[in-house]
Amino acid sequence: MSNAISNEHELPSAMHATELPHGRMGMWWFLSSEVIIFGGLVVTYILCRMHHSEWALEAANTINMAGALNTMVLLTSSFVVVKAHEAAHKGDNAKAARLLFVTVGFGLIFLCVKAYEYHHEIVQGFVPTANLFWGFYYLMTGLHGLHVVGGMVAMVIVALGVQRGNDPVGVEYVGMYWHIVDIVWIFLFPLLYLAS
Amino acid sequence: MLDSLPLENISTFGADVDAITAFVWWIIVGWGLAAEAIFIWFLIIYRKKDGVRAAWTPATTLRSTAWVLVPTFIVLLFDLVIEHRSAPIWDTIKDPAQIPQHEVLVRIRARQFAWDFTYAGEDGKLDTADDFTSMSELRVPRNKVVRFQLESLDVIHSFWVPVLRLKQDIVPGRFIPGWFEATTDGEYEIACAEICGASHTQMRALLVVESAEKFAKWAATQVEQNALTLN
Amino acid sequence: MSHTAEESFISKYVFSVDHKVIAKQYMITGLLMAIVGGLLAGVFRTQLAWPDEPVFGLGIMAPHVYNAMVTMHGTIMVFWVAMPVLVAGFGNLLVPLMVGADDMAFPRLNMTSYWVFFLSTIVLIISFFVPGGAAAGGWTSYPPLSNSIEASGVNWGVNLWVLAVALEFVAFLLGGINIITTGINMRVPGMSMWDLPLFVWETVIASIVFLLSVGPLIGGAVMILLDRNFGTGFYDPIQGGDPLLFQHLFWFFGHPEVYVILLPALGILGEVLCANSRKTLYGYKMIVWSVIVAGILSFVVWAHHQFVSGIDPRLAFPFSLMTILISVPFAVHLFAFIATVWRGSIRFNTAMLFACGFVALFLIGGVTGIMNGTAAIDIYIHDTYFVVAHFHYTLVPITFIATFAGIYHWFPKLFGSLMNETLGKIHFLGTFVFLNLTFLPQFNLGMMGHHRRIANPTAFDFLSTSDALFLQELSTIGTYGLLLAQIPFVFNFFSSMFRGEKAERNPWQATTLEWNTESPPGHGNFDAPQKAYRGPYVYSPEGVSVDFLPQFEPPQDGE
Repeated sequence: MSNAISNEHELPSAMHATELPHGRMGMWWFLSSEVIIFGGLVVTYILCRMHHSEWALEAANTINMAGALNTMVLLTSSFVVVKAHEAAHKGDNAKAARLLFVTVGFGLIFLCVKAYEYHHEIVQGFVPTANLFWGFYYLMTGLHGLHVVGGMVAMVIVALGVQRGNDPVGVEYVGMYWHIVDIVWIFLFPLLYLAS
Repeated sequence: MLDSLPLENISTFGADVDAITAFVWWIIVGWGLAAEAIFIWFLIIYRKKDGVRAAWTPATTLRSTAWVLVPTFIVLLFDLVIEHRSAPIWDTIKDPAQIPQHEVLVRIRARQFAWDFTYAGEDGKLDTADDFTSMSELRVPRNKVVRFQLESLDVIHSFWVPVLRLKQDIVPGRFIPGWFEATTDGEYEIACAEICGASHTQMRALLVVESAEKFAKWAATQVEQNALTLN
Repeated sequence: MSHTAEESFISKYVFSVDHKVIAKQYMITGLLMAIVGGLLAGVFRTQLAWPDEPVFGLGIMAPHVYNAMVTMHGTIMVFWVAMPVLVAGFGNLLVPLMVGADDMAFPRLNMTSYWVFFLSTIVLIISFFVPGGAAAGGWTSYPPLSNSIEASGVNWGVNLWVLAVALEFVAFLLGGINIITTGINMRVPGMSMWDLPLFVWETVIASIVFLLSVGPLIGGAVMILLDRNFGTGFYDPIQGGDPLLFQHLFWFFGHPEVYVILLPALGILGEVLCANSRKTLYGYKMIVWSVIVAGILSFVVWAHHQFVSGIDPRLAFPFSLMTILISVPFAVHLFAFIATVWRGSIRFNTAMLFACGFVALFLIGGVTGIMNGTAAIDIYIHDTYFVVAHFHYTLVPITFIATFAGIYHWFPKLFGSLMNETLGKIHFLGTFVFLNLTFLPQFNLGMMGHHRRIANPTAFDFLSTSDALFLQELSTIGTYGLLLAQIPFVFNFFSSMFRGEKAERNPWQATTLEWNTESPPGHGNFDAPQKAYRGPYVYSPEGVSVDFLPQFEPPQDGE
């Protein structure tokens, strides 16, 4: 397309008036909007939950072990992505890309476990329309799952770019995003699984 | 322009609503006109004139910002006075804990696009055998406290009686209590004030206020009719 | 710095990454949608004034058509006119220019947001033509009405409505990130945050407020789609859900949204008032702080839309109090504007007339807001024409009057020429007079108890009085006048674009950085890297012979 794209970094637009590069600042604002989206859902869920003590029985039908396993998986992957950022910072692009692929692998494990859970619940009749608890369960975990998929896609794109020698700044940004995905899960897990 | 609302008021708490409406109305008219007048006056006298240069007023000192902050502080005082007057009126009309002892209990049920009114009957309890229902007509005795309970069968409606100065949304799944006491005989209109579908406009009912004797007589015939239909 | 490399028509005007082109795309899409929204108003106002006669000879309007028109009028005017024109249009045009940048921080993201917005516009327009018609449950689309096909008779209309609004939110989320980052991070050397033009401050704060308020409603919109199409029960009391949940999610966003579009409008006002009264802003820091305070307060007032909606009555007091308190920062803001013209040397060009008109009209909208915010009065005037009149006295000045002021003022930076002043003044006069004729009667109608969103007032005896009918007719005649008054503008816009008087760089002798570019600015904006030497509104400083010192002018002796 136009020249402006290729020249972006030579033009004064690359300069920044604060200490932060544009990308990181933009990323922070993006993540804050994500926090508000999930925050709104979590607050809504908690308020509804206060009127429905019987949801404790429903929550008992989730698989706590699977949820705990997934929490471990995401926490570990967050650690890996930090390592990827570290490698990129040191200029070891190959290692950074490798670690990103490992993170994507953890994301896949997460999704497989989640898929198993969904299957297990649906065959028991706990479908999204079963009652409001399951509505919230599928809405919140589903939305979170979409974010996991989105993060994986972004990491694959960044990793391939880094392998081809692109600016590794993207590693930091997908890392920030992945942490948010992780943090959201840390809220969802006790709220949806353990609160029985 | 405004001493009281254009429609007559027939409820005991309506006069308070009219009073605070007029009170706030005159405050905002006063403030609004004063601000408009000052603004237009500035525009006229400070229009561009040859050889006259604008002043340099960055208003960086507390003293100069006082020209803005002091009027704002007065606005704040007015706000608090308004709020102080409004809160008790609101509580009288809306707080379930403050509903006075009632003489008539009626369930107001809204659905697309009609109203029905179920009276508790002699025993003063709803959902008993002596209940009776009136379609599209809410009859109440004059100078008696009427307690109502709002229910909706489908979507959100709003119970709107302009002459009573009363409006309350009706939410499916909730039973919202309220009250009024009508002071003047006559027939008045009830409307639905929350858009509820295609024929929202047609969702109308009548409020009939009459003497306690007339009301008692009407209630008796209703109970009879009810018994007939049940048999 | 300018790019002379040949660009195809497509990459220059359609899939452009240039912030000025994207700004024009937003503005023109928005103004075209304004025509749709305005004509809808013309049609349903005709129905209201003469309910028993065929509308424009086309037949009596069916009530569900009326509901759909009212719904779409509100939706379009807020989400498809005010947002794209004020926040995205002026934001895109002015924020980079005013901070001295050559483009937005993320140009490709910027282009993406426009095309997502464009897609949302298409989806919304398609929703008019699906079986069952467009959404008809009011612009707030409260469930269960919006959820139930049986109750509303609308199926795909609501699905597409929700989808369009959600897409639009995505577009403005991306756009907002861009505006915030550009405004904060691309300031030229020498320009501290306290040297930012007011417009940049206000648009950045507006974008932040949008970013932090829209999330819950995105969740709420997804819940509507799931309820409607897959049978979940988030808003269905039978399944344990709550219809009021949506109202909270909607207004948690919906009220801040008012400020999201108000703030850029006030920013435009600041620029136009200062330049044309040759005065510095009266208490710049005080104004910025008041905007920040208003932005924060805007998150805790939402339930004033719901006093009588069935929420716990005890919530009314705190929300009423917060609502009335939010009048304080805006009082500071308006009083400071009035103080800004004080002791000025006021030049009444068309932009200035619109700016003054804004202050005069917005005052009416502002003070009548106190009535709505008082819980006891709201019992009577909630959902009546009083509320309608109130929010039109705020939103019409915001969406149109401020936009016109901005267009007349920055036309040189949009198209390189000046707009015709005579036509402009006719436009102003017509708009100002007919706007009042349209909406003043509605205050009175509201006091008579006239509730909103009814297609035929004569269904009620208390609304069939000759006074009430006359006021409805007056308001409709005002609407016709208001619509016709825009013809000189449309003509002026296009004739000035092609044959207007060529504008020099700084025709208004203004002080901010955008006036240091060609009219219109070329690709890359500035001829040389910029530097800011002083604050944004140094008009008529003491001890200097000239009556303005632009931010871009190096310091003079003795300064």
